[in-house]
Amino acid sequence: MVNVTLDGKKIQVEEGTTILQAADKLDVKIPTLCYHPLLDPYAACRVCVVEASVKGKTDLVTSCNTKVLEGMEVKTASERALKARKLNVEMLMAQAPAAEPVKEIAKELGITKTRFEIKDPNEKCILCGLCVRTCTDVVGAEAISFIERGKDRTVAPPFNEPSEACIGCTACAYFCPTQAIVFEDKYGREIIHDELHLGPVTAIRVPIRQAVPMVPFIDKDACIHFKTEQCKLCEKVCEPEAINHAMEDEVMEIDVGSIIIATGYDIFDAKKNAVYGYGRLDNVLSGLDFERLCNAGGPTGGNILLKDGRKPESVAILHCVGSRDRNYNEWCSRVCCMYAMKFAHLVREKTGAKVHEFYIDIRAFGKGYEEFYNRLMEEDVIFIRGKGAEVTDVAETPEEEGKLVVVCEDTLLGLVRRVPVDMVLLGNGLEPRRDADEIARKFNIGCSHEGFFLERHPKLGPVHTASDGIFLAGACQGPKDIPDTVAQAGAAASEAMAMADRGTFELEPITSFINEELCGACKTCVALCPYTAITFDEEKNVSVVEEALCKGCGTCVAACPAGAATQHGFDDEEMFAEIEGALSVV
Amino acid sequence: MDSANFEPRIVGFLCRWCSYTGADLAGTSRMKYPPNLVPIRVMCSGRVDPTFVIKALKEGADGVLIAGCHPGDCHYTSGNFRTLGRYTLLQIMLEQLGVEKGRVKLEWVSASEGDKWARVVKEITEEVRKLGALNWDGVVEQTKQEVAECADEKVKI
Repeated sequence: MVNVTLDGKKIQVEEGTTILQAADKLDVKIPTLCYHPLLDPYAACRVCVVEASVKGKTDLVTSCNTKVLEGMEVKTASERALKARKLNVEMLMAQAPAAEPVKEIAKELGITKTRFEIKDPNEKCILCGLCVRTCTDVVGAEAISFIERGKDRTVAPPFNEPSEACIGCTACAYFCPTQAIVFEDKYGREIIHDELHLGPVTAIRVPIRQAVPMVPFIDKDACIHFKTEQCKLCEKVCEPEAINHAMEDEVMEIDVGSIIIATGYDIFDAKKNAVYGYGRLDNVLSGLDFERLCNAGGPTGGNILLKDGRKPESVAILHCVGSRDRNYNEWCSRVCCMYAMKFAHLVREKTGAKVHEFYIDIRAFGKGYEEFYNRLMEEDVIFIRGKGAEVTDVAETPEEEGKLVVVCEDTLLGLVRRVPVDMVLLGNGLEPRRDADEIARKFNIGCSHEGFFLERHPKLGPVHTASDGIFLAGACQGPKDIPDTVAQAGAAASEAMAMADRGTFELEPITSFINEELCGACKTCVALCPYTAITFDEEKNVSVVEEALCKGCGTCVAACPAGAATQHGFDDEEMFAEIEGALSVV
Repeated sequence: MDSANFEPRIVGFLCRWCSYTGADLAGTSRMKYPPNLVPIRVMCSGRVDPTFVIKALKEGADGVLIAGCHPGDCHYTSGNFRTLGRYTLLQIMLEQLGVEKGRVKLEWVSASEGDKWARVVKEITEEVRKLGALNWDGVVEQTKQEVAECADEKVKI
């Protein structure tokens, strides 16, 4: 520990502490521009200059990078220190007349104008180099540096041209003390934090405010560390040292007795059908976008707002987006009518805007659903029977100026209507997951032609699959709302439990066996068996079926040239009798 | 018999997991298709021994349909590939015997393809109807004759 005196106050600090840090502990304010606690001090701006004396020797030092010594006496606002600081600030004012923080410090020091020549009245850069050090030391991109010398010195990419090395992280703009660096996507570079078009996010974040567990995660695609192997600023500021960039995904193998497949669904991408203008027109939101928008933890704190911040005066909700549509998905997605009506209720409640629902048929099939539909009609939601055919921002009348226009055929009126609104919400349908085929193959279960997993029987085995011990739950089996999913998941879980509880496993009763006396030892069956259930007994010179492994497909039986292989319940005689019987009836 | 009034008799061998379930689906979906086909369930289309087909034709069937899972989707991994191999050889043999190609067919029908099942049955029924009744005794007689002719020719090996 080191004892120092700072403006007459005594303090004991650890060795290696800088004067600036010691002053901070005593709440003594030393002005500075180029100092940032996350970066090593460089003493470029020289605003933090103070007078320090050790053993009778007094000198002017920059407090940000001067370490305290035993018995040091520091005067932060002595006449000599202030004079030097004022001169430095005057020079900075000449260099960067437009920099607000410089103006503020000048005002505090009572400087009104600079004696030095002003080169560019709009200049903001004080040439502190914080941005260069950020780019080199923290980010590791090394995209910018000082170029030229003396009065021409400036910060720029090599040859003052857009640099390939820049990863567009905007860290330089973030660290710049005078806002001299402004980030623009002028050169078509990728802005890395654009995952959600509803608002910018950072590379390390909590997914949503209601997330369980409430733990932040690092977006590997956006994190600077995974691009340049540097940065790790979050690791530096995390006091409990909970962040570990070296952590890798781990593949674990777990032995289980049964598996419940609940891989869910994909939402229909409304960009596939250009008529809705999704992703092209502002204020056309998908169902999930709207859920995010009116979520209390969302970008607007739960307020339903247009992109320009206005409250919408009228909202259109389009049903059957990608559902019941021969060009996309033919099936009814079941949940959209009800969630679209929930949207209508929320919009009415939160904004009082006029709400138009464009529907083909209202499918309010569940408990209390029809009542909710009736309630909405009492809440003055306007229901228009006709599928929204187009969303456009091309106005045909003065009322349509600046609005989105929903074109539809009102099948009750027998008219084509154009309804101008401020916001359009899409009732996107449900689709099978993109990789459903792969999962089906992995678990040896079937997929319907739409791509939803196939249950063993639509009525008698709704959670079972063709493979024993594999169960289905939720929308991976077909579009389903939450109550139905919970019910099916409960059934799947209890079926799985029942299997485990039994403690024994029922084998397929239909297995193959080999008549040893007939077996000609040709080994044809050994090669055919897909389960390697047949082995060859060299001693007896016959093939042997391991019954526990045999699934009873009968491929070996059909192939056996000696007729030695037989299948319980399906032997040749039984089959012949069945053929005879089948043909004797007609 | 004129072909319009002729009702062919067809035996179908359906694998339990795909085609039989698919046929079930056609039923529960209330799809209409000709009643000429009598389904026989086997665990896997790989169980269909070519002798079953011959037996069915001998017992008076005018056509036979073998239906299994799509290639790659077999519940028993690879049974349907064996079926395909056997079917190809059987077709050559039947042709040599003088049985028309359209009488014996192999189709892939998955558990979700109720509509395809109905279509397949319709197609084979129409095709066999056009071919008319199978004269199995005639086929046997002719084969015997051909064999005898071969013997007469005193083929020297």
